[in-house]
Amino acid sequence: MLDSGLSELQAALAAKKISSVELTRLFLERIGRLDGRLNAFITVDEGVSLAQARAADEARARGEGGPLAGIPVAHKDIYCTRALRTTCGSRMLENYTSPYDAHVIEQFERAGAVLLGKTNMDEFAMGSSNETSHFGPVRNPWNSGLVPGGSSGGSAVAVAARMAPVATGTDTGGSIRQPAALTGVCGLKPTYGLVSRYGMVAFASSLDQGGPMAKSAADLALLMNVMVGHDARDSTSLPRPKEDYARALELPLAGLRIGLPKEYFGKGVEPGVRQCVRAAIDWYERRGARTVPVELPHAALAVPVYYVLAPAEASSNLSRFDGVRYGHRAAQYEDLNDMYCRTRAEGFGAEVQRRILVGTYVLSHGYYDAYYLKAQKVRRLIARDFAAAFRLCDLIMGPTSPGTAFPLGAKTDDPVQMYLNDIFTIPAPLAGLPGLSIPCGFDARGLPVGLQIMGDHFAEARMLGAAHQYQRDTDWHRRAPKETPL
Amino acid sequence: MSLSLDQIRHIAQLARIAVGGEDAEPVRERLNRVLELIDQLQAVDTASIEPMSHALDIVQPLRADAVTESEQRERFQAVAPAMAGGLYLVPKVIE
Repeated sequence: MLDSGLSELQAALAAKKISSVELTRLFLERIGRLDGRLNAFITVDEGVSLAQARAADEARARGEGGPLAGIPVAHKDIYCTRALRTTCGSRMLENYTSPYDAHVIEQFERAGAVLLGKTNMDEFAMGSSNETSHFGPVRNPWNSGLVPGGSSGGSAVAVAARMAPVATGTDTGGSIRQPAALTGVCGLKPTYGLVSRYGMVAFASSLDQGGPMAKSAADLALLMNVMVGHDARDSTSLPRPKEDYARALELPLAGLRIGLPKEYFGKGVEPGVRQCVRAAIDWYERRGARTVPVELPHAALAVPVYYVLAPAEASSNLSRFDGVRYGHRAAQYEDLNDMYCRTRAEGFGAEVQRRILVGTYVLSHGYYDAYYLKAQKVRRLIARDFAAAFRLCDLIMGPTSPGTAFPLGAKTDDPVQMYLNDIFTIPAPLAGLPGLSIPCGFDARGLPVGLQIMGDHFAEARMLGAAHQYQRDTDWHRRAPKETPL
Repeated sequence: MSLSLDQIRHIAQLARIAVGGEDAEPVRERLNRVLELIDQLQAVDTASIEPMSHALDIVQPLRADAVTESEQRERFQAVAPAMAGGLYLVPKVIE
């Protein structure tokens, strides 16, 4: 059961081979056994989870229940929940319990899912290694001396170590795809605007997007069916007709045009990563897909563009944490200004402070045109590159991350080295495009490698179909970490 | 460009983050590395390029001007650090 996909779990629950209470207990026990070391969860409350599981069992007995009835789901601790506190990995929100549920949480509740717990993450989703969390780093189950990637590292590890069947994440510059790649699971960042951000703590609003993490592309499709939907409470939520993201899973690959950007195969890519990605692309060619060279000449500028825009937007979004209405407040202060300054110095960790300071600077008087406006212009150049590329191909493939998982502490002293981890994941969200990462092999040290599949706006079903066909023929996505045997 | 300690203190004040005496130098050193990264943008020719402020070219949706929320003051104020009589408590700002 621990290793099952969603459709197997649905079938087992429907056939009464297992109850939701039993299934939820199974995962709770595994969390109890493994998470002391992995630290993938910030908050788990057996009482809350089991009560929801009981309710799911009762609903099923009455002949009711949605598509995920009785299935436990772990949520990144960035989604507001009334049942459990929402910390966002920060001391600022250590004791914060939201008075409302996020739209995504409501969608899972409607689908009948059970809230399994809230997963660890980089503080306010700012990080690529899960080391900026106030609640300590998450460890990679493939080698616990290594990072799992970030910022949705807790969700990635929960799925990788089979502590949760599926999980949610959020992606601003790679926070779903990069940890998925580094832990050997699948993660999808949808097109901007598909998943409502209502109740999802804001980081950089022109980029933030929620998405699913799971063991297979087929499971991602089922989760997309639950997560996507128009919500008037998020003004960026797109009013579109409901789609079935599983509709293209069985589509043949013959004639598929795969774009290969040379910028994604340069010298910065580790040989082990390059080899696995190349082998996956060869597989697609053998299945009748055709590769075409494409160019993303401005992709190299994506990291500097992102590190202007994301901090600028973060500095604005995070100004709400003032110690007045909710969250941490300093115990000692001289006056109102001093209270703000000490509250924020105590409540935010070093990386979050750094991004707020960068953002404040690039938006400040005299620098706005040189940095913020300039970055927005280069952002358009990057988006145009993608538009031109998608006239030549249906999907773009390349590595998710230039390297596999790295040791804890290896990049914490140099923010720029850390930022460069996301060099291949940042371009897609700048253009509002969807991006998917699936496992495609292991490097010489036995660490998982991620294949990134990018598509044009709203191409998720096609991307998931291409991934599913690969997963029907390969078993990289079924490999579980040796350090956490089933 | 490289920021001085005085500039760091000014930015920190704008951001309402207390950056203490000995903390300021490491903050400055790391911020300057980030600025070096983003300074790469200055070399790009962006003449006649329209800034892109949104991920998709869509227009702001409008909704009906109708009351949709109910009064839930107690629930929302229950999470505040300091309250009295339905009011948020802050240090005195007017003498």
